[in-house]
Formats: sequence, C-alpha cells, structure tokens
Amino acid sequence: MEKRVRVLVAKPGLDGHDRGAKVVARALRDAGFEVIYTGLRQTPEQIAEAALQEDVNVIALSLLSGAHNHLFPRIVELIREKGMTDVLMIGGGVIPDADIPALKTAGIAEVFTPGTSTTTIIDYINANVN
Amino acid sequence: MNIADELLKGSRLALSRAITAVENEYDDAVTIMQKLYPHTGNAHIIGITGPPGAGKSTLTDKLAKEYRRQGKTVGIIAIDPTSPFSGGAILGDRIRMNELTLDQGVFIRSMGTRGSLGGLSRKTSEAIKILDAFGFDVVLVETVGVGQSEVDIVKTADTTLVVLVPGLGDDIQAIKAGILEIGDVFAINKADHEGVDRLHTELEMMLDLNQTKIEWRPPIQRVIANRGEGINELAEAIEKQIVHSKESGQFVSRRTNRTKNELLAMLDEQVGRYVRKQLLAYGKFDELVMSVEKREKNPYAVVDDIMTTILR
Ligand SMILES: Nc1nc2c(ncn2[C@@H]2O[C@H](COP(=O)(O)OP(=O)(O)O)[C@@H](O)[C@H]2O)c(=O)[nH]1
Ligand SMILES: [Mg+2]
Repeated sequence: MEKRVRVLVAKPGLDGHDRGAKVVARALRDAGFEVIYTGLRQTPEQIAEAALQEDVNVIALSLLSGAHNHLFPRIVELIREKGMTDVLMIGGGVIPDADIPALKTAGIAEVFTPGTSTTTIIDYINANVN
Repeated sequence: MNIADELLKGSRLALSRAITAVENEYDDAVTIMQKLYPHTGNAHIIGITGPPGAGKSTLTDKLAKEYRRQGKTVGIIAIDPTSPFSGGAILGDRIRMNELTLDQGVFIRSMGTRGSLGGLSRKTSEAIKILDAFGFDVVLVETVGVGQSEVDIVKTADTTLVVLVPGLGDDIQAIKAGILEIGDVFAINKADHEGVDRLHTELEMMLDLNQTKIEWRPPIQRVIANRGEGINELAEAIEKQIVHSKESGQFVSRRTNRTKNELLAMLDEQVGRYVRKQLLAYGKFDELVMSVEKREKNPYAVVDDIMTTILR
C-alpha cells in the first residue's frame, strides 16, 4: 500500500567528489524513490551492510577511479552472502565498454556510462526492480 | 522465511525485513508485530530533535559510540522528510554515521516521513518496537527537525533530547516551537560558535520560568558534536533523567500513556477502514457528496444518516 522503491546510492573507492552521485540521487527522489545516500569513500563491506540495514531494492554504485573491476563484483558477493538475493545492482561511471560484459557476469545488472540521462536510469529501475 | 522467529534468533536481515513489512503495510506485518510485542519494553528510547542542521545526526553518531563504550547495543532510526511532490526522499543521515555501519552492535535504519506531519514517520513507533524486540539496549530516534509538531517524539520516547544551536538569529526559537515543554534534556551544540553564552543564559532563564516541569529541571549541556566534546556529560545527563523518571513514576506513566494512545490510534484506524468499506457497500455515497455540494443536504445530517445505517 505504502510501498516505495528504496535505492542505496553508494560511492565505493577513493575518488574525491560525488557530484554525479548527488545528481542521480536527486533525480531518483524526484521520480518517487527513497534514496539512501551514504557519502564518499565507502568500502564494499560498508555498502553491503548499509544495504542490508536499509533493506533496499536497488544498489546504484558510482565510481570514477577505475577500480570497478574489483569493487563491483566484491559488493555483489557480499550482498549475496548476506542473503539479499533480490537486490537489483547497477553501476555507473567511467567504465570502458570492454569491462562491461565481465561486470554483468559478476552480477551487475546494468552499467551506465557518462552521459546517460537520469530518465534512462529511472526507466531501467522501474522496469527491472523486484 | 519466518521473519519474527528469525529476528528473535538474531537475524539482522529478518530485522530489516520486519521494518520493511511494517513500513509498507505488507500482509504479514500484523502477524510479525503480534509475535514481537511480548519481547518489547526493554529498550531505553531516546528521541533527538531540533532544527535542521543543528547537528542531530552527528550527535546521534557520537552518543551511539558512547553507549557502545558502555557495552550497550544501539538501534538507530533516522527520519528525513518525504517530498510532498514526488513521494520520494533523500535519506542522508547515515553520512554522519558511517563509522557505525560495520559495528554489529548497532543497526541504523533511515525512514521517510511518507506524508506524516509530526516529525516522525507514521511507522516509527512500530520500527522502534522491532529494534526493541531484537534486543537493543538503547534506541535513538532522530526526528526530521522541522519546527512543526515535534510533540510526536515526546509521546514516543522515554527521554527527549532537544538540540539547539547558537546563531540562528532568534534565540526565542525555543519558546516558539513549544520546545521548552518537550525537552527532558537540552544540548547546545556547536558550542564552538559565537553566541553560546547568550543562548545558554536565555535557555536557563526560560526553563526557570517554565512551570510545567517542577519535578525535573531539564539540564543544559554544551557539546561540540563533530569533535565529540561534551558527549560523556550529555550521556550522564540523560542517564540521570531516566533514573529520576523511573523513581518519580513518570517513566511508567509515560509508557502507560503511550500504550493508551497507540491502542486508540489502532482503533481509529480499524474503525475508519471499516467505515470506508461499508461506505462502498452503502452505495449512493457519490450522490450524497453531490447533494451536499449543491446545498440540498447538509453534511452533518448526511454523516449522521450514514453512521446510523452503517453501525446499526
Ligand atoms: N562547527 C560545528 N559544526 C558541527 C557541530 N556538530 C555538527 N556540525 C556540522 O553541522 C552540519 C549539520 O550536521 P548534521 O548532524 O547533519 O545536522 P542535522 O541536520 O541536525 O542532523 C554538519 O556539517 C556537521 O559536521 C559542532 O559542534 N560544531
Ligand atoms: Mg540529520
């Protein structure tokens, strides 16, 4: 009845600004989602634990530093260990096309590269969220 | 997964799912709450309120760490406003609490107000009960802090901590929001800012004048939350308040009042739902709306009619 889609917008890795993540967070709020925003420099462990405590439906990872090949799969793994099997995980940032297939195999459902409109992301979530 | 049983066995995932079930009014919410209710009543519930930006989240983080040092476990509910336009929300209080995330003696849950006006979400009291049943010693509730009817928190908490800051221009802020009456303990945060002395003096004076709390004169503690200064003393002040409240009988009478209010609210909701359902069966409601609108009938008579028909 009062159901809302809850999205954790998280920034793993060490890169220093979160403008992109904030833009996405605001767009998601305006689309009616409850956005949990945890700030910069989150470890995969922190992201997974926050996702569990907040019981989110979606985890949106944003990363610029290039450590996605390591960090994204690690987060997927931790989330599954916690028994959260129905969470939709998406990623965004400067991610080379060549890396995307491996990320998808690892369990990231979709990867949005820079320039993707927030509408595209919102539509994707609405179509694929559990 | 049997959520209530798993929760009582210590599953944090079940704890999280239970809060979702209640917040979204899933079918199993009532069953879950029925099972958990006997396990509630043990946590010390502390409400933290004050204007946006006063440092409530920062203070919540520091207080939680203080309780952890004392060996207590801590559940936290942090409430932020839901946008009335989109129904969405940005829940950002965790930003100030990231160091607590991996502590297994802590559990933080963010909630949007989802249309409720009183500074809490409509489901806050149930979420508190769920954390209580899980076994947390202390439950900290950070309100949205808009100056509306923060009175909600008083009905929900054993101790209400009001956070004020100097330099908001208008130090009479306290009186205006009726905040003097609701505070059991006051924290003046950002004591590193100018105007602390003045705010402190004014607040002391107002509390002296305030007649409603003769039994317990709320203490004022200066803190610098982001540096962790004054937190020990604040925790001590809170502890004294709860001891006093228990000795004076206030603790029990507040809780009895809370139970009474919750029962009445549940009854209101059930009766309301029943009436609406019957209204559909009653048919002609739209017609009645039109006839009231055209002044053919008056609303008082129509309501009387409906009530006698439905509740016969
Ligand atoms: N100077 C100063 N800043 C503080 C203090 N406590 C918190 N802050 C800052 O005040 C801002 C708002 O704090 P926050 O805890 O989010 O406030 P809330 O909106 O009441 O939850 C943050 O930037 C904090 O770092 C303090 O004692 N002194
Ligand atoms: Mg806050």
